[in-house]
Amino acid sequence: MMKREWMDILHHEKVATDTYQMVLNGDIPGSGIRPGQFVHILVDDNFFLRRPISIADVDEQAGTLTILYKVLGKGTKSLTAKQQGDKLDVLGPGGNGFPMEELKTKRALLIGGGIGVPPLHYLGRQLVEQGIEVISVLGFQSKEYIFFEKQFNELGEVYVATNDGSYGHHGFVTDILPGLEGRFDTYFSCGPAVMLKAVSKELTGYDGYLSIEERMGCGVGACFACVVPTPESDAKGYRKICRDGPVFKPEEVVL
Amino acid sequence: MSNLSINLPGLKLKNPVMPASGCFGFGKEFSDFYDLSELGGIIIKAATGEQRYGNPTPRVAETSSGMLNAIGLQNPGVDQIITDELPFLGEFDTPIIANVAGSTVEEYIEVARKISRSEQISAIELNISCPNVKEGGVQFGTEPDLAAEVTRQVKAVSDVPVYVKLSPNVSDIVSMAKAVEQAGADGLSMINTLTGMRLDLNSRKPIIANGTGGLSGPAIKPVAIRMIYHVYQQVNIPIIGMGGIETAEDVMEYLLAGASAVAVGSVNFKNPFACKDIIDALPETMNKYGFSSLEEIIGGAHR
Ligand SMILES: Cc1cc2nc3c(=O)[nH]c(=O)nc-3n(C[C@H](O)[C@H](O)[C@H](O)COP(=O)(O)OP(=O)(O)OC[C@H]3O[C@@H](n4cnc5c(N)ncnc54)[C@H](O)[C@@H]3O)c2cc1C
Ligand SMILES: Cc1cc2nc3c(=O)[nH]c(=O)nc-3n(C[C@H](O)[C@H](O)[C@H](O)COP(=O)(O)O)c2cc1C
Ligand code: FES
Repeated sequence: MMKREWMDILHHEKVATDTYQMVLNGDIPGSGIRPGQFVHILVDDNFFLRRPISIADVDEQAGTLTILYKVLGKGTKSLTAKQQGDKLDVLGPGGNGFPMEELKTKRALLIGGGIGVPPLHYLGRQLVEQGIEVISVLGFQSKEYIFFEKQFNELGEVYVATNDGSYGHHGFVTDILPGLEGRFDTYFSCGPAVMLKAVSKELTGYDGYLSIEERMGCGVGACFACVVPTPESDAKGYRKICRDGPVFKPEEVVL
Repeated sequence: MSNLSINLPGLKLKNPVMPASGCFGFGKEFSDFYDLSELGGIIIKAATGEQRYGNPTPRVAETSSGMLNAIGLQNPGVDQIITDELPFLGEFDTPIIANVAGSTVEEYIEVARKISRSEQISAIELNISCPNVKEGGVQFGTEPDLAAEVTRQVKAVSDVPVYVKLSPNVSDIVSMAKAVEQAGADGLSMINTLTGMRLDLNSRKPIIANGTGGLSGPAIKPVAIRMIYHVYQQVNIPIIGMGGIETAEDVMEYLLAGASAVAVGSVNFKNPFACKDIIDALPETMNKYGFSSLEEIIGGAHR
């Protein structure tokens, strides 16, 4: 169940250009968080809406969760000023995340783009703990935006692509996918909408899961701000990203 | 000990604080945070005749001291609301107010007739003021004759009292209020959101896919207070006030202006405990300003 809590900032550092990692301590990490769930953060009282940020790692014993965020606008910019020892107003965990109990995968492919990479880290860790083989394909703008390559290396094979070719493959994550044909049975992807579209098209026929983004109001399922349409065969016609998602099967929603 | 209770047509409120329509869904999500029986009442999301998908996304944007929204009245339709949503709300000891919307007078009538017959509903909030739908809604809320007509027709079929929710997007709010009072409204609910727009500097286009959206939050509170202040002087039916309420002090300000109860909207997104926090703080705040009952405060600015 979701809680609202003032969490302690245990650790806050820059890990790449415009990209920060924060470790938060409190009760929320002990509530059985699933990979793919998010926290809804009120940066400070100057803001009227919270910001949804994915949970990138959890340590239940220590009562901590890790987030990674990229500075995009005012809210994430103000977040960078928070210091170790400060408290942060957090609502979470939000959404459903990846359906860990239902997964039948033996060999998983993680495909992350930019700031969509963080939730795949916690997912990858849990998959590896269950003895599942993990390959990761990570895409970034350029070399200085890369983060968590080391952490993904600990999970299995990693392929990195940069848009400008300053590191790894020159191009997009989708360029790498054909070479991995036959080496996985299920894919898990999070990143910008254009990337998710391209990935789901490229990997038609595979079992897959996409984590999608939308601007949110409440973040708890009450305001209908964050809906995504479903195919015509679905009578309800929509899903709420904050409550039913943010993870969906590609055939469940219309991107 | 201060007395927080107030009786309005169809509504015995244990306190004057209710979540506003569209900002609390059908209550389920917020029942994870606290016992909904603590609320004065609950105003549920708009109901229309058929299921509606609403507008494309993005549907919300943050603003200084508030937000814009253009949900577009997404809801499962009146029949499904009655079968799937109302039974859960019936478990709580608090009156439920149904927000009724439509594109035509016939649709308003159909929805009002159906939902006012359900045992869980104590009153109707007639939404003639949604700025985010292309047809209907808006003109009913901006033309006194149309507003009066839809009010009269809905009153004729409703089994419960009808509070008409006014739009602030008019030049003469008092004539709107008088028109619906004369048409038989049991109360007023004010205000709905103010039409606004925000542009994205990169794309040079509106942030909200619908283009315009409705402004809510503390940014609109002075507008609402002004409108309630003027309407209170000219009508004799009770007013449910709303717009940017975040604290017990805000509630007092609304009551002084002339509201008999209040609704708390978008701040629920910032703080899911907002309604409960306000209710908890109200006795002490009343005490601080020397009041022991709501009756002493209501309309206090006019005495
Ligand atoms: C489920 C989910 C998980 C996310 N996980 C992460 C993450 O792990 N790390 C990360 O850096 N970012 C993540 N995002 C995106 C993040 O929420 C936005 O980058 C952030 O809200 C931008 O806030 P801002 O104040 O800097 O930008 P502004 O543009 O000033 O924000 C204005 C408003 O728009 C909203 N907004 C703007 N861009 C987005 C966006 N892309 N998605 C959702 N809302 C947006 C903001 O929340 C705010 O309400 C996630 C989004 C979702 C929906
Ligand atoms: C996301 C959202 C959805 C809303 N949906 C409705 C609605 O369905 N019917 C309605 O009458 N008002 C609706 N409103 C308006 C609110 O009920 C309220 O009148 C307005 O937001 C002002 O109050 P606030 O400043 O406290 O939010 C909505 C407001 C928001 C922010
Ligand atoms: S953000 Fe309110 S329903 Fe998803």
